[in-house]
Amino acid sequence: MTTPPARFDARAASQWFFRHGHTGWLGLRFTDQGENWVELELPWREDLLGDRSRPVLASGPIISLMDMASGMAIWQASGSFNPVATLDLRVDYQRPARERASVRGRVECYRRTRSAAFVRGIAHDGDLNDPVAHIAGVFMTIGADPREANPALQGSGGE
Amino acid sequence: MSDVPELPGEFSVDLPAYARSLGIVVTGEESGMPVLSVDFGPMVEGRPQHFHGGATAGLLETAGYAALRTALIAAGRDPQLKPINITVQYLAAGKSKPSFAIGRITRLGRRNANVTVEAWQDDRARPIATAVMNILMA
Repeated sequence: MTTPPARFDARAASQWFFRHGHTGWLGLRFTDQGENWVELELPWREDLLGDRSRPVLASGPIISLMDMASGMAIWQASGSFNPVATLDLRVDYQRPARERASVRGRVECYRRTRSAAFVRGIAHDGDLNDPVAHIAGVFMTIGADPREANPALQGSGGE
Repeated sequence: MSDVPELPGEFSVDLPAYARSLGIVVTGEESGMPVLSVDFGPMVEGRPQHFHGGATAGLLETAGYAALRTALIAAGRDPQLKPINITVQYLAAGKSKPSFAIGRITRLGRRNANVTVEAWQDDRARPIATAVMNILMA
């Protein structure tokens, strides 16, 4: 990857984050950001259906969307691009997305400790007050670990 | 790879479009449940040479639904499935090699099912991620 900017900026980082890999394949796009939150969009796509009977996005790519928005919210909150690994991610589905609708994932990093970052957020298809899903997650901040032999870099870590 | 038994010809599960696009296939069977796998490649890559957490979750979720469908077919049922929630635990980094997953039905009720899923790479005894899913049947 290219050299990150001095202070992490989700909008700028999106230009190179979504060019390749899993998130590039999904076609994720940056939509909005705040001091400690990021919103990304998963565009509607026919081949990402989860159900034979209805044209709604599968839940799998929605998890990817939320996982990515979580990581970026952590970098946005901390201001630096240190690798993080997902430890635990929970998604509560409230309702199916609307037919042929893109889904947006808005995640905030509400707490950071030296080694962990906590996130929460929603997936929605236009109305923030009527979410498609709620999420909560915990990430390990790999770069913040002062130990030389960092076990998170060797064996564990989700991403 | 060696841990996965050959797939009997009559054993088949319908995978959703999303799973097929991602390259998820049914590669075997274990205790009557389908074993799913996905090869490593750009479509599943997160940080360089590692699975993206979202791709791993997609494999787990697909395996969970495949297991539930298999159990429902065996019970002569064909309900519509609606996700209630999924909790994914990431245990180890997914490296640049194939990943496998299998679901187990912890409880099959009338209206909802609780499914536990495990994903691994070359060592079946060392899962890289697990998931618990609650699924509504309507």
